[in-house]
Amino acid sequence: MNAPDQGRLDEQLARTARPRRLEAINDFVIKFANVNGSGSASANELFARSILRMGVPVSPRNIFPSNIQGLPTWYEVRVTERGHLGRRGGVDLMVAMNPQTWDGDLQEIEPGGYLVYDSTKPLPPSRFRPDVCAIGIPLTDIAASRFTDAKERQLLKNIMYVGALSAMLGIEPEVIAQLLGEQYKGKDKLVRPNLDAFMTGLNYGREHLGEALGLRVERRDAVGDRVFIEGNAAAALGCVYGGATVCAWYPITPSSSLAEAFQRYCAKYRVDPATGKNKFAIVQAEDELASIGIVIGAGWNGARAFTATSGPGISLMSEFIGLAYFAEIPAVIIDVQRGGPSTGMPTRTQQSDLLACAYASHGDTKHVLLFPEDPHECFEFAAASLDLAEHLQTPIFLMTDLDIGMNHRLCAPLAWDETRRYDRGKLMRAEDLDAGGTFGRYLDVDGDGVAWRTLPGTHATKGAYFTRGTTKDAYARYSEAGQDYVYNMERLLKKFATAKKLVPQPIVRKAAHKTHYGVIYYGSTSPAMSEAIGVLERQGVHLDRLRMRAFPFPDSVAKFIAQHDAVFVVEQNRDAQLRTLLTNELQIDPARLVPILHYDGTPITARFIAQAIAQRLEGANAGPLRAPRAS
Amino acid sequence: MTYLAKPKLHHPSLPTNRLGYTRRDYEGKISTLCAGCGHDSISAAIIQACWELAIEPHRVAKLSGIGCSSKTPDYFLGNSHGFNSVHGRMPSVLTGANLANRDLIYLGVSGDGDSASIGLGQFAHLIRRGVNMTYIVENNGVYGLTKGQFSATADAGSKSKRGALNRDAPIDMVSLALQLGITFVARSFSGDKEQLVPLVKGALNHRGAALLDVISPCVAFNNHPGSTKSYDYVREHNDAVNRLDFMPKRAPIAAGYEPGEVIEITQHDGAVLRLRKLAEGYDPGDRLAAIGHIYQHQARGEVVTGLLYVDPSADDLHGHLNTVDTPLNRLGEADLCPGAAALEALNASLI
Repeated sequence: MNAPDQGRLDEQLARTARPRRLEAINDFVIKFANVNGSGSASANELFARSILRMGVPVSPRNIFPSNIQGLPTWYEVRVTERGHLGRRGGVDLMVAMNPQTWDGDLQEIEPGGYLVYDSTKPLPPSRFRPDVCAIGIPLTDIAASRFTDAKERQLLKNIMYVGALSAMLGIEPEVIAQLLGEQYKGKDKLVRPNLDAFMTGLNYGREHLGEALGLRVERRDAVGDRVFIEGNAAAALGCVYGGATVCAWYPITPSSSLAEAFQRYCAKYRVDPATGKNKFAIVQAEDELASIGIVIGAGWNGARAFTATSGPGISLMSEFIGLAYFAEIPAVIIDVQRGGPSTGMPTRTQQSDLLACAYASHGDTKHVLLFPEDPHECFEFAAASLDLAEHLQTPIFLMTDLDIGMNHRLCAPLAWDETRRYDRGKLMRAEDLDAGGTFGRYLDVDGDGVAWRTLPGTHATKGAYFTRGTTKDAYARYSEAGQDYVYNMERLLKKFATAKKLVPQPIVRKAAHKTHYGVIYYGSTSPAMSEAIGVLERQGVHLDRLRMRAFPFPDSVAKFIAQHDAVFVVEQNRDAQLRTLLTNELQIDPARLVPILHYDGTPITARFIAQAIAQRLEGANAGPLRAPRAS
Repeated sequence: MTYLAKPKLHHPSLPTNRLGYTRRDYEGKISTLCAGCGHDSISAAIIQACWELAIEPHRVAKLSGIGCSSKTPDYFLGNSHGFNSVHGRMPSVLTGANLANRDLIYLGVSGDGDSASIGLGQFAHLIRRGVNMTYIVENNGVYGLTKGQFSATADAGSKSKRGALNRDAPIDMVSLALQLGITFVARSFSGDKEQLVPLVKGALNHRGAALLDVISPCVAFNNHPGSTKSYDYVREHNDAVNRLDFMPKRAPIAAGYEPGEVIEITQHDGAVLRLRKLAEGYDPGDRLAAIGHIYQHQARGEVVTGLLYVDPSADDLHGHLNTVDTPLNRLGEADLCPGAAALEALNASLI
């Protein structure tokens, strides 16, 4: 089972007991199909935020092209009072503003769903579906009659459909007005035409479209104290709070907005008010090699440093990552994953860099990976990774992805414990060196595999050492002796075992009923998985679940697997990379780990997971459960 | 990269500098390079320059890439932290180190393979950024450690030890650096200590990126007839543009300079560079003229040495980034963490 089957699954599901006309309150999926560069993004985000402001959770997803202007782009908003923030699959209401993608967009609509389109030019009946309610709005005509400027006509058309939708869905106009006021604060010139366009759309909707939609938004208090933020912004903020002072990066989708957010937050929080000088240094490097080189140089010299990148950047950084591993230098690498291999799908999401990061660089290497599930954890884990990097003196990978990184996601408020202190790791200062004792840069004094280090310039005569990527002895002296090499390689393994206890531990949740089956998942799969668990429960399928939050795997992971006859491993890549890591690192019989894989570049859906697992279990009832062949 | 510990015996009559250190205090491990290697002469010049400047050895961070030249930081300044990074990537590692602590003196040692071939990109961008450092390219036109392949600085028409002819155009690090905005650039010859030591001192005192392209013949693979980077060839074709004496402000030395032949340049830190012009009318303050001068002499097969260009008022990367005076690696929670209240305020705006 893999992604291409999803369409078929959705169809099957759709055919069963769907009403002629979909009716729902605060529980539907709306998708906007636009042309990129047409100003639709801000109108669509305004739409999503307005529902949020009415106390109803939303989960928006921007599905955009690797292009600046003229190609198809979509914005999907899941309205979900119950708080299912994953992608559901299927579309209840399509706002089809892009003729290029009309046919495909039409196909995506659930039977009984709705199509909102620009009816200025008549379209033949063959372009519609009998089981979809079409709602035409002559947007171009109205815009032409109200606005004179051509650019304004195009931009405000987007706000007009938001107005019409508000009328049909019951979104409060006051909320939109307030949001527009906030968005264009201090730019009154912009508020007026936008508000005008919105009201035009709203009035048209009220006068002509009345009860056309069976979908409604009603005010609730279901958002609570949650915040609405992109994972990239949250991770950047985590780097600010975690004390990163050096950031070196090279622009690459989907990670660029992380470095840019770091710049923004530093400008806000890190400028010395007395001197106007910066307590940070950000370098847009010439490439990813230089980015990681700068991070390693800064880490070697005692500054907390990070880089943000994506898959191709990881490939380029690999040699340096090996140096940081072997010479034991702190570094934080935030990998906002996208579709690979090669340039792959630059604007689509995947979890396909696990193996590339876990074993990055030539020779025997193993690296610490963290898997945040949402922006809240992006913030938390970013700060934690800066501590871990210095504590363990090694590269730490924060593995997010485009789905978390570039979409606004509702999550628990960001929190910081005021008493928290940075963990600078085993650092010998001048007074420690003067106190006597032996300093051996790679000497395992404490038995945890982590040696003490000094920073350049610490002491006039003690503690200087030579850092190198070649073999060395415990005192950092160049050595080609086999036993020196083995000593360090074994110690690095010990250090990796130490890391198991320091990384975020997995979260295990038992099913309501005793079960032989478990499921392991991680990262952005989390919200869809939680929803799928509910769907499966209603079908009588119970699963214990473990959300993996880091590699190396803490001991509780092997225990969890041992407690179940079979464990599904749900991932967003083709090759079941976490499953490979599990079998490789924990010596688990691969047959016990059943891959559930979704990798077409769109975020995994609850429907897909529930269907795929149910299907496996049906098959299992006929005979012993086997790992299916990846098709 | 030596197996041998160096004996630490000090002759009681060794001269000491202002800090009370002898030259021995600036030495490192025993070199493992071939006997007669030009690189060892450069290491000696670095030791001499640091001793004369009375730099505290541990205030220097010495970084390198990979190759014969990149091994040398182990052979000088034994009380400094050293970093032998990856091939061609010293510039980025040094940039990061420099950003972390602006108070140290940064010395990057590289070779022509390391900086002109695999690391040309990083070389270029370090110069563009004006990282405050001394960048020494120990240039021999050949890959020594892998036994004699041409590097990107080998002159077209030069012959390898095995008789192969190089047809590719050479990269001239000095004129390239000038185009990239270098603010201190000199060329010298490892066999000319009298010229090299003052240039190293000038570079160490320059604020911004200072490049020294030091022709350093490889005795094993590039010191034969037909090579344009052999001792004999360079000695015969050397055309020095000036003589440079570096004089720290604290101890001015008035040596035998003919009036009218001396240019004094006040460096950013107040130290004074004195240039003795050997070439008629050479002005090290003119970037374009420097490039022209190099090309003219190159056409005649001459290697121009000396301080070719300096901008004594140059700023560095920290200046461009407007970083605080305190080294970033010394900032703690109080300076770096905006605190819980700021986060709560931010949370409230995120809906």
